Amino acid sequence: MLSFLLIILAAAFFTGIIIRTKSIASGRKGPGLFQPIKDVIRLFKKGTVYSETSSFVFRIAPTIYFSSVFVAMLVVPFGQSKGLISFNGDFIFFAYVLGLGKFFSIIGAMDTGSSFEGMGASREALYSMFAEPAFFILMGSLALLTGHTSFQEIFATLHLGSSITYALGGLAALVFLMIAMIENSRMPLDDPKTHLELTMVHEVMILDNSGFDLGLILTAGYLKFAIYGAIIFNLFSGTISYGYAIPMFLVVQAFLAFVVGMIESFMARFRMNHNAQFIVVLSSVSLLIFFGALLVSGKFI
Amino acid sequence: MNYISIKNNQTISLSDIPESNYEWFYDMNLDLVLGHTERHCVNYFGYKVGNNVKLICCIADDSTHEILVSTCLVHKAHALESFCTQLLCFEKFEREIHENFGINFIDHPWLKPVRYAFNRDDMSQTMDNYPFYSIDSEELHEVGVGPIHAGIIEPGHFRFICNGEQILHLEIQLGYQHRGIEQLFIEKKKLLQRATLAEDIAGDTVIGHSTTFAHVWESLCGFEASRDIEFARTLALELERMAVHVSDLSGACTDIAYQLGSSVFGRLRTPIINFLQEWCGNRLGKGCIRPGHNQYPFTPALADRLRQVLDIFEPEYNEMAGKLFKLSSALSRFERTGVVSNADAISIGAVGMTARMTNLNRDIRSSHPFSLYSELNHFPILKRHGDVYSRVQIRKKEIEQSLNYIRKLIAEVPAQPLQTDKLKTPRPNSFCLSLVEGWRGEICHCALTDEKGELMHYKIKDPSFHNWMALALSVRNNEISDFPICNKSFNLSYSGHDL
Repeated sequence: MLSFLLIILAAAFFTGIIIRTKSIASGRKGPGLFQPIKDVIRLFKKGTVYSETSSFVFRIAPTIYFSSVFVAMLVVPFGQSKGLISFNGDFIFFAYVLGLGKFFSIIGAMDTGSSFEGMGASREALYSMFAEPAFFILMGSLALLTGHTSFQEIFATLHLGSSITYALGGLAALVFLMIAMIENSRMPLDDPKTHLELTMVHEVMILDNSGFDLGLILTAGYLKFAIYGAIIFNLFSGTISYGYAIPMFLVVQAFLAFVVGMIESFMARFRMNHNAQFIVVLSSVSLLIFFGALLVSGKFI
Repeated sequence: MNYISIKNNQTISLSDIPESNYEWFYDMNLDLVLGHTERHCVNYFGYKVGNNVKLICCIADDSTHEILVSTCLVHKAHALESFCTQLLCFEKFEREIHENFGINFIDHPWLKPVRYAFNRDDMSQTMDNYPFYSIDSEELHEVGVGPIHAGIIEPGHFRFICNGEQILHLEIQLGYQHRGIEQLFIEKKKLLQRATLAEDIAGDTVIGHSTTFAHVWESLCGFEASRDIEFARTLALELERMAVHVSDLSGACTDIAYQLGSSVFGRLRTPIINFLQEWCGNRLGKGCIRPGHNQYPFTPALADRLRQVLDIFEPEYNEMAGKLFKLSSALSRFERTGVVSNADAISIGAVGMTARMTNLNRDIRSSHPFSLYSELNHFPILKRHGDVYSRVQIRKKEIEQSLNYIRKLIAEVPAQPLQTDKLKTPRPNSFCLSLVEGWRGEICHCALTDEKGELMHYKIKDPSFHNWMALALSVRNNEISDFPICNKSFNLSYSGHDL
């Protein structure tokens, strides 16, 4: 329950901080921290326009996408407290429930019949496909290391052994941060600010969505970032008491948002064909963690 | 030889242009251009004489600083041999002649509509039935972009044929901005109306086009512009070049999602165009250039003010340009993206920056100097690679060059002459050609007058006319996601093309 509330709280200001950081870095004042939330509320009040060429798939896709992210959020624990759903192997559930949402957002985009959205869908599918091994090698290694298979148990017992696990945690945090960038289509892989359909990945997939549906998709995006932020925080928070952990969680989330904002301000995005290479690198970092886990647990000769 | 050689901004009698039959005309112009990279066709157009069409071909020779003009009379019924079999750079001109007068060209590879002129010969050709090139394939897909675009840009339709993310072919369909400017020049009889029209040919090249028109008109009227007039024009042209180049750098940064560059360069354009407003009351320089008189004399007080503006501009610009050209993530997007080879640039008749980025030296400021450029000793900036990086670098260097020129110019502001000449009426039965290097490239205006001294035909060629083809060539085999940065690095004009 605790993680549920904290993730929603973090999601409320996360995107606001990114936008504010970018505005200040480019010499502008920028909108208020809660502007993204206000935008979503405005969208929720609006009706939706559907293209005549689209079918029921396009109509249900945003709802399924949002609910998949919402359910995935329930699995994420906070330190010692379990998520609302917790069972053995829940990290696999987590990955595939997100996968289901992504699948629907992809076929929803293809359903519009627009060549732009087809391109965006193909890019998104490619990048998620490359990011998946990184996630599973990483979580598998942590499961191997701790001997548990649910998020909460893995995180709670991660740092009970040696302090080398903190080094592994650092690497894992990097992988998760990058996966979060891929999943949320942020720089340097995708430019959420661009107006150019040909260069978009995620944005182009939702070009046809409007009103309530668009609000759902945006909310799911905000939640996703906070979910990954929560997982990164969990990598280190296993044994810390709540009195420290809760403020620390918020600080870490704010810091992550700041880092994302700075990356987006001071570098150019990758050329599209470098993205795949970059994502594959994450898998090799995960492999490194895998070998680390083998070493620590003494399973490596 | 059957041509007359004239200088830039020279008016001649129509009867002085030697007329030959099409075979002569064809062989001669082919001989002039084929294998001579220092010569290129600056304008080739037709106008109606009774039932016939008179073609006028103007070849500029960069080494002798002359323009070789020849003419020939043809009839619509006879199909003509196309220059394109040997010289592709005539392709666009012939398409235009075909569109306007219905003259057929034998062996022309691509006889498609150019801009759907309102007075075109074949009214059955419309936007909707444009014959797009298409490939019948299961693997390839087509992507159509525009004519309405996501950004605040002009309308134009781009049709890509792609293999996955890779572009195999791009076809650009223009004409959405056609306003019939050339015809309006003839219909509007007041000089002020015409001067305003010239400003509206392309909103980003106001000074370039209005200067060209002023030169044409003054030459037709036999008016000798005093030094302060030419001074104002040179200065305004360089200010315009700086302002647009800076904003193009900002655009290039936006398209690679480099936020810092995008906002800093965007801001740096403002002081320059704001200065134009201080000087002539309009940020784009509308009203600044008028034929026959100095509308807004440039005073020493303005020179001081400009010096202040530049003193603030220069260090900030240098800092940002230094950062951009050292940022590896930006360079990796610029380098080897959207390459146009030197041979391609020659064959399509590229002009301006598009030519100079492939080491093709085409710059009217040095080859056919006008206004005060002969005193400035202009050396064109050339790059060799023809990629986005070359185009961005040329902009950076030209901004620095313009800064120098402006400082040199305002060091010595010419005084206003006490006695000014009045503009007379244009010479009857005359032909005048004027070339100006705008920020985008060579602008060519040709004017013909009838026996009463009225404008009979006015022909405009914006640098975008040929350079659009360079964009289409540059994106081949590139990723489709690199198209926006390629497009921005050329920054061609839709309205300049569509007229």
